[in-house]
Amino acid sequence: MIRGQSLPDIHRRGGRYRLEHFTGRFVLYVVISVGAFVFSMPLLWMISTSLKTPELINRIPIIWIPPELRWANYIDPWREMPFLLFYWNTVFITVTNTAIILITNSLVAFGFARIPFKGRTIIFFVLLATMMLPPQVTMIPTYLFWSRLRLVNTFWPIMAPEWLSAAYDVFLMRQFYMTISTDLDEAARIDGCSWFGIYRHIILPLSKPVIGVLAILNFSFNWNNFITPLIYLNDSRLFPIALGLRLFETQMGGGDTYVRLGPLMAMTLVSIIPLMVAFFVAQRYFIQGIVITGIKG
Amino acid sequence: MAQAVSGSSPAPRRFSLSPQARINIAGYLFITPWIIKFLTLNAGAMIASFGISLFKTDFFTTFDFIGFDNYTRLFRDPLFWKSLSVTAYYAFGMVPLALVFSLVIALLLNQNVKFQGVYRVVYYLPSIVSGVAVAILWKYLLQPRWGLINQGLALLGIEGPKWLFSTTWAMPAFILMGVWAAGGNMLLYLAGLQGIPTDLYHAASIDGANAWHRFWRITLPMLTPTIYFNLIISIIGAWQIFTQSYIITAGGPDNSTLTMVLLLYRKGFQQFHFGYASAIAWVLFTIVMLFTVLVVRSSEAWVFYAGEVRG
Repeated sequence: MIRGQSLPDIHRRGGRYRLEHFTGRFVLYVVISVGAFVFSMPLLWMISTSLKTPELINRIPIIWIPPELRWANYIDPWREMPFLLFYWNTVFITVTNTAIILITNSLVAFGFARIPFKGRTIIFFVLLATMMLPPQVTMIPTYLFWSRLRLVNTFWPIMAPEWLSAAYDVFLMRQFYMTISTDLDEAARIDGCSWFGIYRHIILPLSKPVIGVLAILNFSFNWNNFITPLIYLNDSRLFPIALGLRLFETQMGGGDTYVRLGPLMAMTLVSIIPLMVAFFVAQRYFIQGIVITGIKG
Repeated sequence: MAQAVSGSSPAPRRFSLSPQARINIAGYLFITPWIIKFLTLNAGAMIASFGISLFKTDFFTTFDFIGFDNYTRLFRDPLFWKSLSVTAYYAFGMVPLALVFSLVIALLLNQNVKFQGVYRVVYYLPSIVSGVAVAILWKYLLQPRWGLINQGLALLGIEGPKWLFSTTWAMPAFILMGVWAAGGNMLLYLAGLQGIPTDLYHAASIDGANAWHRFWRITLPMLTPTIYFNLIISIIGAWQIFTQSYIITAGGPDNSTLTMVLLLYRKGFQQFHFGYASAIAWVLFTIVMLFTVLVVRSSEAWVFYAGEVRG
């Protein structure tokens, strides 16, 4: 756990400072706690609503803890809709994409960070420039490409383009690799170690923090990705959970109806649990990884 | 000359490469995945997209070259201007708010608070779960009568607006959602704050600088590279807003949440006017580029790189 620097020695110089310090910290805690309270309300409301019977949902004031918890909200939707299939599709897409992109990103980043090939600086600049390209610009030709190959309504358009590295990730990883000393590389080169050997045996074992950061970012990107499957998938048997949830929501009646909000919120909550788990698993690498890469524009 | 060169290497001629050529080959092999991506999905698709924007085409029946007609039609289309103003409103509201908000939270959390990890999770979690789930959740949180937001406002004695049912308040509601999910920026600021050398603060306090001065003279300048990075990423992201308006309001009421990407989606993937949709994409791209260049240009004046010689 990384802690911020406090300045205890400055504040310990006299009574006046101590009092100032104490009031300051009191205000600080109040502000942070009130903020955190407000911030967590939407998720708490979702949990509460997911356990309510229809007649409790539109009560004023809100009933936070329903007298009777309706667990059926979590069970019934699985029979109405193939949620299990949606989750299988999502897990397949998300896990495969994340695993492959981590490998390609780290290879590409290694090339840019470690191998002094000709044109490296210019090509890296081009890579940074591509980060500014909104995906919508290339969406239509890409769609027409997949439609020519008759691969619309398959997983290919959602998966294959993801495997070819991502500029943002390569940038983050390269910054990280640049902070690792090159002394080991040179020694390994003299001993006849190949570039791939250096990547595999020196760089990769040291890059856990940055891989942790990118794993969670890619996992949540793929899990949440909505527009790509929306464009390419028509068959509901291929739907990832993002589309499945949307389908479930439209069947709830939409608009002002709240009668079936319990099951809807239950299924929405279930859909974000894997993201939370992934976050908690990867979180200890998280801040650490970002600190080390030290994004400096 | 050639004679002399071959004379100096008595070994039998065989295929061999200079060390630099070997390095070049290795380098390009490592970055091959990105090169393929660049040539096809970036550069190739970009050129194709511009080409398509010069055609009237659904790609099945018609394919007519019409030059810049899509663009002139676009500029006469009130729906396009509506979407442009809606998206600009969102970007100009959301980007500064999210930037300031996440910076303030990061500064507060950096004050060596107890349970820092817990607070970090609370503020960060919304940004991880963003997407369809958050859009669905907010649709009901913003319900005018019994929704959480207006019941909360009522406790403070404020009568909440009709939010998603109001042409005035629908877009502010989206901005509110955006700020709620701005925790991703906070994490980068926290990382940036950790990178500021402690000696700077010690030196300043010995010179008698108070907390306010320390913030303006040390913390803020040292954070400018992070602010710069967040600013660019947020601008690019804000102009691409889609999921919220597609799921929550479907562009309504009265097109007050019709964003540019939603218009693009409708024209392209629902009405199959691929040329027209590509033209929208190019206008969007030009706008994003313009703002990015503005920020990059201005950065010379306000972004401070410690220990870096600027050339």
